[in-house]
Formats: sequence, C-alpha cells, structure tokens
Amino acid sequence: MKRFVGFVQKEFYHIFRDRRSLFILFGMPVAQIMLFGFAITNEINNVDIAILDQSQDTSTKEIISKISASEYFSILQYIKEEAEIEEVFKKGKIKAVLYFEKEFSKKLVKEHSAKVQIVTDATDPNMANTISNYINSILSHYQEEQNRSIMLDYQIIPQSKMVFNMELKSVYMFVPGVMTVILMLVSAMMTSISITREKELGTMEILLVSPLNPFQVIIGKVFPYIFLSIINAAIIVLLSIFVFHVPVNGSLFLLGLESVLFIVTSLALGILISTISATQQTAMMISLMGLMLPVILLSGFIFPISSMPVPLQVISNIVPAKWFIIIVKGIMLKGVGISMVWKETLVLLGMTLLFIGLSVRKYKIRLE
Amino acid sequence: MKEETVIKVEGLTKVFGDFIAVNNINFHVRKGEIFGFLGANGAGKTTAMKMLIGISAPSSGSANVAGFDVYTQTESIKKSIGYMSQKFALYDDLTVKENIRFFGGIYGLSKNNISLKSNLLIEELGLEKVVHSLVGSLPLGWKQKIAFSVSLLHDPKIVFLDEPTGGVDPITRRQFWEMIYKAANNGTTIFVTTHYMDEAEYCDRVSIMVDGTIEALDTPKNLKAHFGSDSMNDVFLKLART
Repeated sequence: MKRFVGFVQKEFYHIFRDRRSLFILFGMPVAQIMLFGFAITNEINNVDIAILDQSQDTSTKEIISKISASEYFSILQYIKEEAEIEEVFKKGKIKAVLYFEKEFSKKLVKEHSAKVQIVTDATDPNMANTISNYINSILSHYQEEQNRSIMLDYQIIPQSKMVFNMELKSVYMFVPGVMTVILMLVSAMMTSISITREKELGTMEILLVSPLNPFQVIIGKVFPYIFLSIINAAIIVLLSIFVFHVPVNGSLFLLGLESVLFIVTSLALGILISTISATQQTAMMISLMGLMLPVILLSGFIFPISSMPVPLQVISNIVPAKWFIIIVKGIMLKGVGISMVWKETLVLLGMTLLFIGLSVRKYKIRLE
Repeated sequence: MKEETVIKVEGLTKVFGDFIAVNNINFHVRKGEIFGFLGANGAGKTTAMKMLIGISAPSSGSANVAGFDVYTQTESIKKSIGYMSQKFALYDDLTVKENIRFFGGIYGLSKNNISLKSNLLIEELGLEKVVHSLVGSLPLGWKQKIAFSVSLLHDPKIVFLDEPTGGVDPITRRQFWEMIYKAANNGTTIFVTTHYMDEAEYCDRVSIMVDGTIEALDTPKNLKAHFGSDSMNDVFLKLART
C-alpha cells in the first residue's frame, strides 16, 4: 500500500509538471463547454431579414411589427421589387425575405386567403429550416388572434409542447455530449499517453524489474486520472448548472456513479490502447481517430442516431459514449432513476469488463 | 577457499518462433565479482539478461539468481537485485530527491531508511546543490551516477547494468567504474554489459556472446593470452569474426 501511494504521488508530479497536459486536463473542459454553450448553437437569435411588402396595409404592418418585436429577427431592410431578392441574398447578411402579395388585407377579408412567401437562404439548410419554422409559427399565431372573434365551423388549434427542454435550448443537448467527450478524452487519451511514455523512456522496464507487480504499475498509473476525471465531471456539471442553467432533474448521486462507471470504461480503453501502441504519438493518434471521431459522430452527441442510415445505427451500438449520453440525458433532463437506465448501465458495465479483460490478456502477452 | 555462487545458469535457452536468441548458455557468477557480459548488437545479451532479471520467461534450461529460481521465484529475484538500463533510469521531471524517494519507496524501504540513505548518497556524490533540481536539467554523466546509486539503494545482492556508460565522456566513465569497484568491494555482485572494450579490462571475468552462444569466458588476462592479443578489443574482433 505504501508503495502504491508513492507511485501515485509520482504520477501527480508528472501531471502537474507537464503544463501541456495540465492545460488539456483542465482548460479543455471549460473551453469546450463554453464553446458549445455560447458559440455553437442551433437556436436563432436576431437573424437579419428583409421585407418585400407590396400591400402596405394594416394586416401586413401588424405582421411585420410582430416579427420585428420578436427577439428572433431584426428587420434590416425593406425592398421594393422581386428582382432585389436575389441581390440581397448575394450580399450574405440577409438570411430570409418575407414577401407579401398585393392587397393582402383585402384578400384576407374577401377571399379568406392571402399569400406571403418566405424565402430563405438555404446555403445553411438547418438554419433555413429553423427560420422558416419560426416565421410560420409567428404567422399562425397572428392568424389565430384574428380568428378568435370569428367563429368557424371547426378549427384545429395545434398546441405543441416541448417537454424536458421547453425553451429548446441547444446547450441542454450539448452538456451531456461535452461531458462524454471530455471524460473519454481525459481518461482514455491521457492514460494511454502516460503509459506509453514510460515505455518510450525505458522507465517501464525499470518498473517491471522492481518488486511492484505489473498490475500495481497499471493501477497506479490510472488512479490519478480517475481522480482528475471526477473533478472534471464535477466542473462540467457545475458550469452547466450555474452558467447555463441546465437543470439536474434526477439524482446527482446517480449521475456521479454513472460518470465514475464511464470514466472506468474509458480508462480501460486507454489501457487497451497503450498495450497496442509503442509510442506516445501512436497512442495519441489512436485515441483521437479511434475514440474522438466515433464519440462525436456516432454517439448521438451532435447527429441524432435515429436519422442515420441503418448500418451506422447498428455500429453506433458499440460506441460506449452512445450509452452514456442516453444515461446522462435521462438523469439530467428527464429526471429518471436507475429503473429507467439500468439497461444502458449494464451495457457500459459489460463493455468495461470486456476492455479490462482484453487489456489484461494483451498485457500478459507483452510481458512474455 | 569456498566462494558463494550468486548466479547459476545451466543450459539457458530462449526461442522466439524459429529464431534461437539465446542458445544453451552456461556460467556461474561468484559473490562480489564484476562479471562482464559482452557481445555484438543482436548477439542475445539483452535477452539473456531479461531472463535473469525475471521479466522474460526462459524457453528451457535453468537459472538461479541470488538463490531464487527464474521460473517460479521472479518476485523474490526482483527484490534482491538492482537494475539500471542503457536507456535512462530516472524520471527527468522529478527532482533528484523525489527520484530517490520514489525508487526507495517502490522497493519497500521505510521512510527513515530512505532519508538516511538519500542523505548518504547526496553527500557521497556531492549533490547538495542540485537535490531539488529536476533530473532533466543535469548532465548525462551525473544522471548515470545517480541512477547507479539509486539502483543500490535497497542493498541488492546483485546489480545488473545494461550498457550503463553509453554516451558518457571518458572521465565520467572512469568515475563510474570507481563506483562499481566500491560496490563490488562491499560484496555486491556486478553483472555488466558493455560495448567499450577498455571497460571489459576492468572486469574480473568476461564472457563473450556470439549469435546466442557464449564463445569465451575467462579473466581478461587469460583471454588475451589464449588469443595471443594485447587488448580485449582484439580478442573481441577475433571471436566475432569467426
């Protein structure tokens, strides 16, 4: 035990004296969560639009004032002719043009229908889609208000309610994802690098010749990272609660336990990587290409798994991050307990045991 | 005169696939002896040494190190030997003192014992001014002298040195050998591999490995007489060429 403590102390010296790894360890979680929270967003906010109003009557004015009153849009420009539409898009600042036909009010009253065209700049298709949805909803809101006095024979009034994330904040979606990426990165990449570093420097040989047994060496190398990863997980959760006001609806304790499980999964992967790579660089490349890409692309972090082609959906099942993200979303946003995430937990546990088993096997072979 | 044998190797063989790295080698090393283990690159020195220090299992044959069997008692062997490798043995990003404390710690020395020994070591090597400097900032010669002292920290019966003086200037090498002599006089057995033939002359006995087998084993004086050479360099070339 005393030997083990000395060993762990040595690991902490390594970590705290290497500015670069210290920066990766603590700078990255904060930087990433800030980036995803503030900069990268699916929401729209003050999008510049232009208006082409050929009626200029009460109805169109009311609609326009409703739109400009919303925080989503600001009207940058009024244009007069249809030909100008392409022109304003080419300049790039305007993302959408609202085009009211002639005699809008009159048609609305007499024919019970009037046309307004929403033209969006689809160079960014997601954005265009969102803008068009937002404008549509403002329009239908207006229509509803107008119809309240008139009694129709029948009327469908859709009431959509977004549960668990009523304001559709994208940061809600990113927090579980960023947490997963960070824990994976810190645990798997940092451990695999720190183990291969000893191999590269030749000190691994010295350790193997010492009375420490090989498993003590590995556990001693991994232990500090468990500790640091837990701190990281805590930083992320605190930042998301206090800076982004993401709620933790479920049990914080369960969230902690699940995080520790995922940290161990990632550490086991890190050890496995270190057994197959001889240099720090190889370890880093394998961690980045083999872990980061699947975590970002196939885990449901950014792209919903349900809209992927079937083969990719199948592959996504072997990405541990996918299961962890489901668990974190469940606990943080939906407030579910272990009874709802036990399957995912078991999958993670199984993967962890598999990785540990594989690395023990590999490690033994290497010792021979 | 009855001398204690601390390393006993009989028919030791290591096979990788169909390549025989070490082929049926035999030798004994006495307590307090400086035993030179020579051979060209790829002759099998390192493989043989790895079997003796318990990190590689032999394919066949037997070996006994410090009274323990290399098949079944590797843990006991590891406790009674010291090891310093050709690649550097200390951590560059730890201070001299931290390195001493760490290695003392993993060999299970008590705190008091570690501080006692480290003070002794620091005094002997005149390291007072650099105890709190990172090892990475010290010259290579110093590092290697410290590494050797650290490998002796737990009073091992045998110290294995794998090309300990690689890349070091002649003056430091000389000082390094003085340290080796001192350790041997205190009864520590030294098992050393080297490329420098002048260093082979400093050894009590020398074995020369060629292609996995030991081609010659005797005192440097006898070897030179036998091959009619006036230097070990010459002996080595004659053997390695045949």
